[in-house]
Amino acid sequence: MSLQEKLISSFMVLENRGKVDLDSTIHDIRCKAMASFEEKGFPTKKDEEWKYTSLKAILNHDYSVFPESESAIEFKEVKKYFLHEIESYKLVFIDGVYSSFLSDTTHEGYDICLMSSAFKKPKYKMVLDNFFNKLAQQKNSLTDLNTAFSLEGAYINIGKNIVLPKPIEIINFYTGNEKEILLHPRNLIIVGENSHVQIIERHQSLGSNVVLTNAVTEIFVNKRAIIDYYKIQNDQSNASLIDNTFVQQKEHSIASVNTYSFGGKLTRNNVEFYHEGEHVESHINGISILNEKQHVDNHTLIEHKFPNCESFELYKGIYDDASTGVFNGKVIVRRDAQKTNAFQQNNNILIGDKASIYAKPQLEIFADDVKCSHGCTIGQLDENAMFYMQSRGIPAKEAKALLLYAFSNEVVEKIKIPELKARITKLIANKLGVELGFQL
Amino acid sequence: MLEIKNLHAGIEGKGILKGINLTVKAGEIHAIMGPNGSGKSTLSAVIAGNETYEVTEGDVILENESILELSPDERAHKGIFMSFQYPIEIPGVSTTNFIKTAINEKRKANGLEELPAKDMLKMIREKSELLEMDRKFLSRSLNEGFSGGEKKKNEIFQMAMLEPKLAILDETDSGLDIDALKIVANGINKLRTKDNAVIIITHYQRLLDYIIPDFVHVLYNGKIVKSGGKELAHELEEKGYDWVKDL
Repeated sequence: MSLQEKLISSFMVLENRGKVDLDSTIHDIRCKAMASFEEKGFPTKKDEEWKYTSLKAILNHDYSVFPESESAIEFKEVKKYFLHEIESYKLVFIDGVYSSFLSDTTHEGYDICLMSSAFKKPKYKMVLDNFFNKLAQQKNSLTDLNTAFSLEGAYINIGKNIVLPKPIEIINFYTGNEKEILLHPRNLIIVGENSHVQIIERHQSLGSNVVLTNAVTEIFVNKRAIIDYYKIQNDQSNASLIDNTFVQQKEHSIASVNTYSFGGKLTRNNVEFYHEGEHVESHINGISILNEKQHVDNHTLIEHKFPNCESFELYKGIYDDASTGVFNGKVIVRRDAQKTNAFQQNNNILIGDKASIYAKPQLEIFADDVKCSHGCTIGQLDENAMFYMQSRGIPAKEAKALLLYAFSNEVVEKIKIPELKARITKLIANKLGVELGFQL
Repeated sequence: MLEIKNLHAGIEGKGILKGINLTVKAGEIHAIMGPNGSGKSTLSAVIAGNETYEVTEGDVILENESILELSPDERAHKGIFMSFQYPIEIPGVSTTNFIKTAINEKRKANGLEELPAKDMLKMIREKSELLEMDRKFLSRSLNEGFSGGEKKKNEIFQMAMLEPKLAILDETDSGLDIDALKIVANGINKLRTKDNAVIIITHYQRLLDYIIPDFVHVLYNGKIVKSGGKELAHELEEKGYDWVKDL
């Protein structure tokens, strides 16, 4: 039985088990999404958007779709995966199941809680009817699949005029109790007018089992609101992640999505921004540092529909061994979006002889009074710079790491939480395989 | 201290240095002058260990030991320092952190403990004052956005911190205005001891007004065609490099 067939029959099981409310509008959405997935199937390399990323190998597993056993983890075992130096709200899921023990949620003044309760409780119905799947609807067969199977995830609804006192951490742990597991975390985030939210998301396997995560996050940013979203992708080598993040922004809002892809077997980031008002600012930044046979595919879209909006995109990649990277950055400026400023930059360093990068900046501009630029570079380590560092007594390995660190620094500098910045810096140093004699 | 014997080197099969002989003793300052393309920068790069250049014949000996098989960092650990004509920029790494790393790597290679932070700071303060450097620069990313003069000062600051036995200054005067030139020259003079040596590579004579060399060598077409005392520099300034082509 192929994975697709298995998923179709699993969907029937999902309905029969009473895990979902069969009468709700959400149920209609699920059924439509499932029908759409059935029709389209998994994307293949024939699909233009998947030309350089093959899912074949990661789909060829006998995934369990619903975890059979509930698992518990001791905090001390996983403390290092949290940003434990500072206080935070925490939404922790273990093999897709909420862990109240590790989490720290709230309903006081705003909701930082679970999708499962939002699906079930009548008081959330109106919000779900207004927002759930509004951005992810029929985007692609993988978002459809997530919509059909999504049972759990983060539900974050922040009202007007609230600056959250601490960041929110969303962490998905995989225990390895299931031999091969496919999960569909689903997050819905609504940031009210003038409010300010910071979110850190992480997927972390604790074993070496095969994990495939097909995540969808929908983010609604209201007038003058600010959201900073950081995604740490540093998983074990048998874990793969397909991440779909959709951001809708109202006027004068500022949103940033940042991806740090260091680990995992295959990582696909689909990040899309949609503007629904003037004077919107969108930022998207990413660093990919890969080795061995890792693969990262960064697919981004920014759609400018209204005048006077700005977007800034910066993606850097370091590819060692036989790793591969894809950068597909699309910026669309619609006819009415005059006075748009849209900047895109993508820089890559290939270190490994067998490493490769497919870079495709795409600008579609239909307005005539705009400032748009894009730049894409693919290069190797600067030998002069290496010689400079070595001539000061810094050995080749450290010199290389320092240069690569310097290369990625422009992206690291954009992190607004100092503790997170320190953490990402450390992850970069680890990934580059050096212990530098000082805190960067 | 340094002995260069019949050194031949080149790049991609093209010979640039065609038999250099030079002996530098502790406490001496040597100036190597020559027209563009004579091989000045190649010579400094080969001594410092730049692997872009291939040594085809001859030897470079530092304190009775051939250094040609050593990597640039190993040469630095043995006390060679080269000041770059075009220092590179390293975003995200402050000058202070960079020099700390360099010093501690050198100490490690020589079997010493890391320099205590207190001593490091004291040294940084002393040496930066010597070069009249604004302390702000030390916490900024290495050379990022520095002017040409600031970059050169930073090179000499690093030299002061690393206390090399042999310093090679490659076109240190280029890009310096007269005030910066005086400060840099003054710094170099103050760092002089009877145990270290300096090789100054320069196209112009003006740096030599402030740092008085013991010997001046004229490099032309990959060979030292004339050696002499400091007066040779003045002679070159007057007659121009065309004069040496006929030597």
